[in-house]
Amino acid sequence: MSFFARFARNRGALAGLIILGLIMLMAALAPILFPESPWRMVQRPFLAPFEVDGFWLGTDTMGRNVAAGLMHGAWVSLLIGLVSTAVALVIGVPLGAVAGYHGGLIDDALMRFTEFFQTIPNFALAIVLVAIMQPSVTSIVVAIALVSWPPVARLVRAEFLSLRHREYVEAARLIGQSNTTIILRQILPNTLSPIIVLASLMVATAILLESALSFLGLGDPNVMSWGYMIGAARTVIRQAWWLSFFPGLAILLTVLALNLVGEGLDDALNPRLTRKRHQESAT
Amino acid sequence: MKMPFIAALAGLSLLNSSVISAQEGNDQTPQHGGVIDTIIQPEPPGLVLGMIQNAPTRTVAGNIYEGLLRYTTDLEPTPQLAESWDVSDDGLTYTFHLRDDVTWHDGEPFTAEDVVFSADVFHRELNPSARAVLQHVETIEAADDHTVVFTLKQPFGPFLLSFEAGTFTMVPEHIYAGTDFRENEANNHPIGTGPFEFESWDRGTVIKLTRNEDYYQDDLPYLDGINWHIIPDGASRAIAYENGTVDVLPYGTVENFDIPRLTAMDNTCVSDKGHEYFSPFAMLWMNNREGPTADKRFRQAVMYAMDREFARDVLWNGMGKVPLGAFGSNARFQNESLSPYDHNPDRARELLDDMGYDGEEVTLLPLPYGETWNRWAEAVQQNLKEVGINVRTEATDVGGWNQRLGDWDFDLAFTYLYQYGDPALGISRTYLSDNIEKGSPWNNVEGYENAEVDDLFARAATAHPDSEREALYHDVQEILQEDVPVGWLLELGFPTIYRCNVKNLITSGVGVNDGFKDAWIDQ
Repeated sequence: MSFFARFARNRGALAGLIILGLIMLMAALAPILFPESPWRMVQRPFLAPFEVDGFWLGTDTMGRNVAAGLMHGAWVSLLIGLVSTAVALVIGVPLGAVAGYHGGLIDDALMRFTEFFQTIPNFALAIVLVAIMQPSVTSIVVAIALVSWPPVARLVRAEFLSLRHREYVEAARLIGQSNTTIILRQILPNTLSPIIVLASLMVATAILLESALSFLGLGDPNVMSWGYMIGAARTVIRQAWWLSFFPGLAILLTVLALNLVGEGLDDALNPRLTRKRHQESAT
Repeated sequence: MKMPFIAALAGLSLLNSSVISAQEGNDQTPQHGGVIDTIIQPEPPGLVLGMIQNAPTRTVAGNIYEGLLRYTTDLEPTPQLAESWDVSDDGLTYTFHLRDDVTWHDGEPFTAEDVVFSADVFHRELNPSARAVLQHVETIEAADDHTVVFTLKQPFGPFLLSFEAGTFTMVPEHIYAGTDFRENEANNHPIGTGPFEFESWDRGTVIKLTRNEDYYQDDLPYLDGINWHIIPDGASRAIAYENGTVDVLPYGTVENFDIPRLTAMDNTCVSDKGHEYFSPFAMLWMNNREGPTADKRFRQAVMYAMDREFARDVLWNGMGKVPLGAFGSNARFQNESLSPYDHNPDRARELLDDMGYDGEEVTLLPLPYGETWNRWAEAVQQNLKEVGINVRTEATDVGGWNQRLGDWDFDLAFTYLYQYGDPALGISRTYLSDNIEKGSPWNNVEGYENAEVDDLFARAATAHPDSEREALYHDVQEILQEDVPVGWLLELGFPTIYRCNVKNLITSGVGVNDGFKDAWIDQ
């Protein structure tokens, strides 16, 4: 069975992929459909959805087009989700690999360092980091990456611990391959599938974190993001429901889609596990 | 894209007209009786005005204590404890003739000795804003029981504007003389001469004032009492009005975005009067020292680029005035012949071309005082971007904002300042070069230096009579209008929201701080 066929067997995952595709399309089309800045005040404030042609989702407290904000916000949310996850992987994977491969003192030292980050609540640490560095896209990416790499390191370490005494690793060591080569060429490729699954879920978490930061007013004041839109609209929720509803829906769908895709990837990359799981649930 | 805006403005101007109509209906005969429930936010630290100057203390205790004078909404002095006053021709001697029928809430008579004690002893020790005025005063003497003479060192134009209850509070000599003022037991039960007496203060819940039965003005006050409820949560304060718990919402008690919902209620009136004395004036600091903002053509371009009417109508619900220039419309000696900075993006682009602006990035610090100010910064940023100015907003917290302004680490920054009725009290401080000092966000932060402006302001502060001051101030405004040391955003209007059957609520230039004296309920 091909990879995609296995993925597609999970109907939810397929739906997730389609939603994600649509959101990526939204992000890509934003500069074409709404070439003007989403901050531009273009119409009367507080237009309800469909009240005026061309403003299907209405306008916000200052007459900015909600649809434009939503589409430009898609780009920002996806960008921050992907980049911060990539940064977290860059930190977490090498740390976990080195710790798991070498074990002993190195492992102890690196894991205590990881625990140091794990003991502080994620969101609280992210708030502090953004507040110290001044809110900007860069500081938000850095903050999210810094709070989300420990699970990656833990996962990679566990995989390395279980793989490092396999015969093919012993063989590689025997023929004189260096530690670096063994880590990069022998073991790492075999740990990729759980990392990919974890990463897809991390993108979802990162989007939620960014939204929560923006909601609290710690977003980059120069970019339109979904969290910002909800944060700015919460004060008028009794007068204008649509201002918080549509960006909220966008966040919900994106995070849901990413989770579904993550599950589908898990199924597709670990066929044996999946089959086992299906059998278990059947019995 | 212009049309919809015009429609929006038309809609908002309806809101303005309801503001005006709220002032009508003053010709009915006042009725006695009734207690008003209102809100004080936040809870004041104490009620002894003169010892404490926080805004909530002024608002509550302005009904317990009084000053020698009261001010109309045009800032004309009117009699209060002083029934008349004379100023000598050289502007050096001020003689106040006191009423002879005034008693303190404990029954003791109010005399000239109380005035001398309050001004010369009590305020010199405790009150920084009164001290700033007292430095111009040579002697304060009681000529007889009901006459007080202030002799000045040099003429000081705004002197007559300093006798409001919150600035020169009259405190009882027989209670405070010879005691440790801050430890005096009477501080828990303030005694003044005002229309209402202190009754009780249930901390965190309510402050109760009752009618002064022996008040010296016949018939006044009409109300039997005032209950100042203390409700810490903003949403709960709005609901307290909606469900009828309170009938008056003074300035600062509800968020801007709740105002349209509340004012749309039946039997609800709104007024932006009563802030003429303080006249909060929103400004945009522009760093005159370095970067593009050091070029006056850039600063003029910023003024032309901003759509200040939009900000007033959309962000401040139509409250407030777009200022002509450095002097607000409530300030004395405003030069009305200045040419205004209209919203004119084309003119802004011309000025930027003319100076050869190359797109250098400028930073903008919003005022971290809540949502309205954030939205405002977004609107200004967008206005500036549309004429080609490359603006980057940097969000800070209050501490960071204070520090960056104090360190002059900004290009553009929002703020607002009080004008205190007279240019020598509240306006010149922003432009005088000897007021440039690192570390404070309230002095001449923008770093504007102009010897001619310094000279004109200095001469105008001590010139006599007023016509001479006026000429000097008109000249200085011409220069400021050309140089644009700071951006003049908006003369802020703070609304008081109340049931329409509460009449005569705001009758003076300090608003609800002393307004309940004349208020009555149409039952």
